Amino acid sequence: MRLALERRAQTTLAMQIASPLIAVALTLVSAVVIFIALGQDPARALHAYFISPVSDAWGLQEVAVKATPLVLIAVGLALCYQSNNWNIGAEGQLLMGAMAGTWVAIATHGTPNGPWVLPAMLVAGALGGAAFAAIPAALKTRFGANEILTSLMLVYVAELFMDWLVRGPWRDPQGFNMPQTVVFEPEATVPLLSDGRLNIGTPIMLVVVALAAFMMVRTLKGFEIRLVGEAPKAARFAGFSAKRLTWLVFAISGALAGLAGILEAAGTVKQLQPNLSPGYGFTAIIVAFLGRLNPIGCLIAGVFLAITFIGGENAQIMLKLPLDVTRVFQGLLLFYVLACDSFLLYRVRLIRGAAA
Amino acid sequence: MTLLEAIILTVITASTPLLIAAIGELVTERAGVLNLGVEGMMIMGAAVGIAVAITTGSSALGVLAAILAGVGLAAIFAALALGLATNQVATGLALTVFGLGLSGVVGAPYVGLQRAGIGKIEVPILSDIPFLGPILFRQDPFVYLSIALVVGVSWFLTRTKAGLVLRACGENHASAHALGYPVLRIRFYATLFGGACAGLAGAYLSLVYTPFWTSGMTGGRGWIALAIVVFASWMPYRAAAGAYLFGGLTILQLHAQSAGVPVPSQLLAALPYLITIVVLVLIMRVRSQGAAGPQSLGTAFVPDR
Repeated sequence: MRLALERRAQTTLAMQIASPLIAVALTLVSAVVIFIALGQDPARALHAYFISPVSDAWGLQEVAVKATPLVLIAVGLALCYQSNNWNIGAEGQLLMGAMAGTWVAIATHGTPNGPWVLPAMLVAGALGGAAFAAIPAALKTRFGANEILTSLMLVYVAELFMDWLVRGPWRDPQGFNMPQTVVFEPEATVPLLSDGRLNIGTPIMLVVVALAAFMMVRTLKGFEIRLVGEAPKAARFAGFSAKRLTWLVFAISGALAGLAGILEAAGTVKQLQPNLSPGYGFTAIIVAFLGRLNPIGCLIAGVFLAITFIGGENAQIMLKLPLDVTRVFQGLLLFYVLACDSFLLYRVRLIRGAAA
Repeated sequence: MTLLEAIILTVITASTPLLIAAIGELVTERAGVLNLGVEGMMIMGAAVGIAVAITTGSSALGVLAAILAGVGLAAIFAALALGLATNQVATGLALTVFGLGLSGVVGAPYVGLQRAGIGKIEVPILSDIPFLGPILFRQDPFVYLSIALVVGVSWFLTRTKAGLVLRACGENHASAHALGYPVLRIRFYATLFGGACAGLAGAYLSLVYTPFWTSGMTGGRGWIALAIVVFASWMPYRAAAGAYLFGGLTILQLHAQSAGVPVPSQLLAALPYLITIVVLVLIMRVRSQGAAGPQSLGTAFVPDR
């Protein structure tokens, strides 16, 4: 007697929507178990993690601020993953975008400049991220080098490069030797939308989600991306070039990660410093899968993971729980998402008889 | 001890964890399973290893616990990627995130606690040979074990029937299944072996290399181990050569830093990662197109009855 997977003939829409919800529910159940194991009152801990971030206006704003980079990056990664291009170096592309945009801000610092500075920074950020993502794309298409490993190795390179910049050539001379750049001038910062930290990055992110959703469903490019991932042979017969597509999706995802990076630098912290990103580029991978590689899904998933980020900080302050607990939840969540998705494709059957 | 001796000794210690983890992943991949969670399994091994070693006062128990931690994480991966046929890339990434997080929680109470590292084994008489003695016959047990692993795995893969069957599962799972071999069970054991090796490599880091715990102490070594497997074209002896090459580069970089080479320290620190990329590109250029790893690598296998 054994269990075996059997391919389903079809998957209903209801199942597709239920699957990530079940994954979230299972994560919450696991969270309770972990809290008890760590000697915490589960009700209090759950409240700190998942309720307190969304219980007041300030918290909701923070959720939007944190969700913005996550969703921006995840939308780009979803395009990559749908077409079987495994870009896992978004964290590096984010940092490179932040550095490229910061270069504009520093070059114009203290000079008579105008309202063109910020748009130039955003463009530079997107270009910087795209250029950095083009490296693994080039190595994959030209030499067949594994993009998973090259894109990840470049994250370490970007981190060290930024470390050098903010401790060396770009260090603020009046910064008491702190590893950070000068505070950007008002023309070089992202306009705020409220008296909190909410800035125009969030509406930009919403526009990107809408554009990506339109592209995937309504354009030939979107069809090509899905076809290359799901049926590479058919895509070749249709005349689609997998190599050109690799370039395209890496460039798009790099540009979005770079944009997220410069929005963080110019919007949320207003300078470049080593701890710019709490691992947005890696968490966005989970966002992309939780959102079922769909732009709208990424938006919802990004909000949920933003809540866990803030919840993790709250729990650290209120309950003295280590920040790493958040990563445990994120890993578990991805496990459950993948497992639940498996049940969309397969049903588990009990088979009587000898084991195979 | 001469400077050259000292350098060779540090190269060996820097290479050993890479070698152990790479050999484990090599077996996993030869069976057709791509487990990208090496970094996560390795750091869990490091955290659990030192936690148990400090609590019980026994290094041996620490090492054993580290291996079990690696096996445990590999079992989670296997349950999902083999049992439920989930995407192996995504599942491996999840395992890394999970391992990095859980190791931080497990290791938190042990931050800053120092303990004596595992001592070296001295082979009597032989270790007194000038130059070669200290290098070959005065090493910690892990170094000898890593060499034994290379020889053993190479023998297993090329000289035994079980090794042949394992490779068949990796090259063409449909054919292996048609011949009546239990593909999923073989892959399951190969994955657990990879986890055990990654856990052992982690124990080496926290019990020998730097005998204390810091969060994220693997610093990408799990990923470099994955790169070594590609570099080695999935062959154990080449994996040993690759691990020693990377270990040597790491040490060279450290020596260049302390010697005050007029280059930013960050550039030197980035060298191992940059060289990994260069090596990955070069190896793909040198290798003929056909020999790009096990044919069924990373693809899920769902038997139709």
